[in-house]
Amino acid sequence: MNVLDFARAFFSDGAHWHGYDGIPTRFGEHVRYSLEALLIAAAIGLPVGLVTGHYGRGGNALAFLATAGRALPSFGLLVLMFIWIGFGLLPVMIPLVVLAVPPILVTTYEAVRSVDPSPVDAARGMGMPEARVLFQVEVPVALPLILSGLRTAAIQIVSTATIAAYVSLGGIGRYIIDGLYQKDYEKVVGGATLVAGLALVTLALFWAVSRLTVSPGVRRSG
Amino acid sequence: MPAELPEHSRSRLFPQQARIGRTRRARGVLIRIDSVTKRYPDGTVAVDRLSLEIPDRSVTVLVGPSGCGKTTTLRMINRMVEPSEGSILLDGQDIRQQPVNTLRRSMGYVIQNAGLFQHRTILDNIATVPRLLGRPKREARARAAELMERVGLDAALAKRYPYQLSGGQQQRVGVARALAADPPVLLMDEPFSAVDPVVRKGLQDELLRIQDELGKTIVFVTHDIDEAIKLGTKVAVLRTGGRLAQFAPPAELLSAPADAFVEDFLGADRGIRRLSFFPAAGLELQTAPVVPIDADAGRLASGAAAPYLLVTDADGRPLGWSEPDRLTAGAVDRERLLDFGRPFVPDTDSLRTALDGAVLSPTGWAVAVDGEGRAVGVVSQQVIGEAIRDAHGRVAARADAKAGR
Repeated sequence: MNVLDFARAFFSDGAHWHGYDGIPTRFGEHVRYSLEALLIAAAIGLPVGLVTGHYGRGGNALAFLATAGRALPSFGLLVLMFIWIGFGLLPVMIPLVVLAVPPILVTTYEAVRSVDPSPVDAARGMGMPEARVLFQVEVPVALPLILSGLRTAAIQIVSTATIAAYVSLGGIGRYIIDGLYQKDYEKVVGGATLVAGLALVTLALFWAVSRLTVSPGVRRSG
Repeated sequence: MPAELPEHSRSRLFPQQARIGRTRRARGVLIRIDSVTKRYPDGTVAVDRLSLEIPDRSVTVLVGPSGCGKTTTLRMINRMVEPSEGSILLDGQDIRQQPVNTLRRSMGYVIQNAGLFQHRTILDNIATVPRLLGRPKREARARAAELMERVGLDAALAKRYPYQLSGGQQQRVGVARALAADPPVLLMDEPFSAVDPVVRKGLQDELLRIQDELGKTIVFVTHDIDEAIKLGTKVAVLRTGGRLAQFAPPAELLSAPADAFVEDFLGADRGIRRLSFFPAAGLELQTAPVVPIDADAGRLASGAAAPYLLVTDADGRPLGWSEPDRLTAGAVDRERLLDFGRPFVPDTDSLRTALDGAVLSPTGWAVAVDGEGRAVGVVSQQVIGEAIRDAHGRVAARADAKAGR
């Protein structure tokens, strides 16, 4: 039996399509964990990245934080948080957010900082208030890069959220962890395929968002 | 005989004589820079006790080598840079008395490379300041469309993005954007230095044309002395370290540079360039040496006293020069005529153009033509030389009279 056979067997088994351990439930849980983690990470990374990028300061401190964040192993952090906090969503969210903040923060900072200074100078010289300079001049031009930071973070979250199952939560990780435990490789391959599929869907979503939000003037010249 | 033109007229643009009258209607000083110093925290002095009175409705050019503080001075007028000492008055009021963004919205700002917003269409770029001032979108766009026409941009470009435009077109958009809210003051920081010379000349002519129509108070920074002389009603030459070397109309700058620095900065041929300020209209033209290609023997003989004859086509357009004895009536060979160089138009060109024509001509004679390109006469280098001496003499006499001597 090869991997494709495992996958086919997993997805054609009717029992896998309903119930609390069915694909729709697990998939939904996975999407929910990922979205929550991404939103929290964006809520931290975007404002800090935008402000530091706009003023062009704090780059060194950011680089340090980002390296530190990336160096932390998500799985180790999960176990640590689980021991410390106990059951619940929080010990899962912390490693996911720690994983996702650095790419968002650093790319946003770099994106805003590398915007051509002359339109910014022109905007200020025309009497545009600072907040508008940031949101109406810098962000629209920096948007493709900012989105790429968010996309990287989202993909990492989607694949890493499988560890939630390790601390008895749901998500697609359930299939992988349970499958490994039960030596049910059909389940393992099925779970892995679902995660990969979700990652691809995430990519497609970001592509669509970027088509919709990035100005054609930026897309072509950038 | 050539009379001296008003000092602030722009030589190479005599056709727009009307503008000279318009720019003259200056009401007085609009911007007064009063003993302003800009010192940076590291001790560098960019501008040193600079005082300058910028007249209303005219083009004041700040020129000087890099590091002379010209851009810093300009940026202090819209408070992009705050002076360390001294004050700047706009219409008699200290510019610090109003909110900084209100001040900036009352001054158009044009920078090198235009600084357009690449995510916005050309129309929306131009509509920026009206939108900042709270105008409805529709109204701001209508105004923007109007300005596109004013700066010579095709209406078809309205929906394009900056990357789709050439450098020269982008700079026109920059000027239109600065004019959109109809500010009385226009600050221009080396706006044309990043485009090629041909496009630059077009933009300069366009700016003078727009200025003729709108009569703004323009402060223009450049490192190019030729641009300064072409555009400036008055030119402030700054030296390294941010001190004023001379502040004078371009003709005066060329005729009487204040010191060795200014003289050096003006370059080697300031005498020739100064001729741009004397019109060619008074030159005495000779018509006898001008002969049509189908002239009969008698007509050819009547001009034979001249060393060369200028042969024209049936419409009177110049074809070339020839020695009289090489011409046979009824059988003039166009191929054997000498090139006639570059003709000048006496009513609109300057003595510089006339002299240039004479120098370029293999015979040493310049050809004068009318607006349609028909030869109206010829003039020798010698006669042009006399006209130049006369013009200089008149300026000197006037300067003496002014000095009360």
